[in-house]
Amino acid sequence: MKDLMKAGIAALGLGAVASGAWAAGDCAAGKTLTDGVLTIATGNPAYFPWVIDDAPETGKGFEAAVALEIARRMGFEGDAVKWVRTSFDEAIQPGAKNFDFNIQQYSITPERDEFIDFSAPYYTAAQSVVVRQPAVDAGAEPTVESLKTLKWGAVESTTAPGLIQELISPDASMLLYNDVADSVEALKAGQVDAIMLDLPSALFTAAVLLDDGVVLGQFETGGDSPDELGLVFEEGNPLRDCANGAIESMREDGTLARIEAEWLQDATGVPVIK
Amino acid sequence: MKLEIIDLWKKFGANVVCKGIDLAVNEGEMVCLIGASGSGKSTLLRCINLLEPVDDGRILLDGLEITDPEQDPQPIRQRIGMVFQSYNLFPHMNALENVLLAPRRITGRSRAELRPMAEALFERFNLADRMGHYPDQMSGGQQQRVAIIRALAMKPEVMLFDEVTSALDPELVGEVLDVLRQLKAEGMTMILATHEMGFAREVADKVCFLDAGRILEEGPPEQLFERPREPRTAEFLSRVL
Amino acid sequence: MGASERQAAPAGSGAAGRESGLSRRERRERRERRRSMLIAAASTAIAIAAIVILVPMTPGWEKVQKAFFNEAVFVKTFPKLLEAFWLDVAMFLWCAPLIAVWGLVLALMRDARSPALYPLKLFAILYSDLFRGVPVILVIYLIGFGIPGLGLPRPWNSPYIWGTVALVLSYSAYVAEVYRAGIESIHESQRAAAVSLGLSHGDMMRFVVLPQAIRRVIPAAMNNLISLQKDVALVSFIGPVEIFRQAGVYKSLYANFTPYVGAALIFLVVTVPATRAVDRMIARQQRRQS
Repeated sequence: MKDLMKAGIAALGLGAVASGAWAAGDCAAGKTLTDGVLTIATGNPAYFPWVIDDAPETGKGFEAAVALEIARRMGFEGDAVKWVRTSFDEAIQPGAKNFDFNIQQYSITPERDEFIDFSAPYYTAAQSVVVRQPAVDAGAEPTVESLKTLKWGAVESTTAPGLIQELISPDASMLLYNDVADSVEALKAGQVDAIMLDLPSALFTAAVLLDDGVVLGQFETGGDSPDELGLVFEEGNPLRDCANGAIESMREDGTLARIEAEWLQDATGVPVIK
Repeated sequence: MKLEIIDLWKKFGANVVCKGIDLAVNEGEMVCLIGASGSGKSTLLRCINLLEPVDDGRILLDGLEITDPEQDPQPIRQRIGMVFQSYNLFPHMNALENVLLAPRRITGRSRAELRPMAEALFERFNLADRMGHYPDQMSGGQQQRVAIIRALAMKPEVMLFDEVTSALDPELVGEVLDVLRQLKAEGMTMILATHEMGFAREVADKVCFLDAGRILEEGPPEQLFERPREPRTAEFLSRVL
Repeated sequence: MGASERQAAPAGSGAAGRESGLSRRERRERRERRRSMLIAAASTAIAIAAIVILVPMTPGWEKVQKAFFNEAVFVKTFPKLLEAFWLDVAMFLWCAPLIAVWGLVLALMRDARSPALYPLKLFAILYSDLFRGVPVILVIYLIGFGIPGLGLPRPWNSPYIWGTVALVLSYSAYVAEVYRAGIESIHESQRAAAVSLGLSHGDMMRFVVLPQAIRRVIPAAMNNLISLQKDVALVSFIGPVEIFRQAGVYKSLYANFTPYVGAALIFLVVTVPATRAVDRMIARQQRRQS
């Protein structure tokens, strides 16, 4: 009898554990675009180190890994996860969305939050400065004073234009571009001396896209305007709470830190701008 | 000999328009070219004015070969005036500007310096009150007279007239022909392509009948109009007279 | 008999109409005009009412309104957009005369008739094929990044310079075609008349052909300038923060499209009067020609 009860409790316990996992899946049930399928959007193309080889379905790359883990914890695995591609604009257009959530380094800002919904942050990105070797030779240093004298470029749809103005307020007017590739082209052409990118993108740009690229420094993440990245949802999408639950659990059990360490390990060792 | 044309050939593609034309024009003479449309009258005039390059043959002006490819055509054209069937006034200039343009550009003299010369021409042809008018404010006859004045302002030695009355209403033909009579009386050397047989008969020193790119017959008007030697000339005249 | 009656009736009523100051035809036309104006007014009112009432009833309207017609965002961003628009105006004013001149040079090359000048003619033909065949935005990208990429020192690698060079290269190809149409529309007899007077080829073009040709193509050329006024914004793709880019920055900052609506309004304020002026010019020219 006692054994039976033990077994019963164990069964209950197992049931509870099982139902816990099942409950997370239940959270998302009926709330996705397509029943039983989670549609995740990312950039076109998606860049290293966020997504490796522009193939998010492999789970390789920081955002690909994070997204698949979030999906798994919401109860979607394998064929139940569908990837689509969007531009930045498509994520914030009014009207029906073709994704459940969008993950492509969207910085969480109060202004944006008025019109779209963000999940809890899955990464805190330091903004950093990419220059070319000639600029370093000419005396560029990771100090605000030195950065002021440079000709700045940034990508329009990021928070960088605002941060450059706020943190550096450069002497010459800055130039803005559609995407990282264009801003890197301007850097190569010598039309700008420095561009501001989040640290992982900056490392990739300096190492792969430029022959003589240098990540001059990064801004402190704990400062007044930390650049936190979140998933984007259509405003009022109830799925957000489910995703937040998944992100919280990933933070608590160390999964998030482990994924970050796996894909973004180069981010340490870049000097902090004073 | 003012103007001499020797064995002139001209073709447009496969179409041979002038087939060995010979023609001599003396100083002060008026030569009328008659013949059906397409017989080569206009082309001959355009060749004399160097508007068309000749394929073969020579044209001599005062003994100078103007068809020589080495010859700069611009000063030659200044010595030979031409008037067209459709007047070809410059529509964006008034009559006086039309007349002054070429003298101004070629002599380099100012409007003020050239104006008396132009005014005298307008007076001579009774158009003094039209100097400030634009082409579309004038009748066809007036426009054609301005076109003649424009050519005369370059003080040409020879004048070419290409069917200058053909586009005019019948009642306006007379005023233009009067101008030609006046020029003839003043001793101008002229070649006319014309359909005005009565006028040709009255004023011309010599009439040439062109047929299929050749001068088939030429002679003084009385002879050519009254006793044509060639049957084709007679046939043409019977159709137009 | 019947025919003479038909003729007599209008004559009689015509006499009566003249007494009242209006002919029968005038009265009929006035009646028709009044009726068609009523119909137009009524249908316009119905159409506007339908838009004003029905569109807000659509399920997505609230979201669209919030994303595209947000008053708070509009007020915050409009002054800076207006400021950025001056860069568009400046680039336009800098490009337009260069396009007018280079387009004319190309058109004259294309008109070249002597065999010695054939290479120029060929160049003009290839040029026009090339730049009319490639979208302006690609020309801006290729020239704006490509030429500075050759290693020009500052300030000669400026995107302002090469962006506007790209616009000038592209637009002059179109404008050259407009000029060419004008030049070709001048009858051959005008050239013959000028040449027969002993004018040089240059004088003939300058005093006889071009004054007439250019007058004829001004409306078409003006239409090109209006497109240019809009396409100046494309230079933003290689860096300059003009109105389109500034609106994009605000769009990203607020995740809201209202700044684009503001930018569109500013463009409309400039281009609508310009378009109307050109339409009037074309109408006037057609009246003069008929």
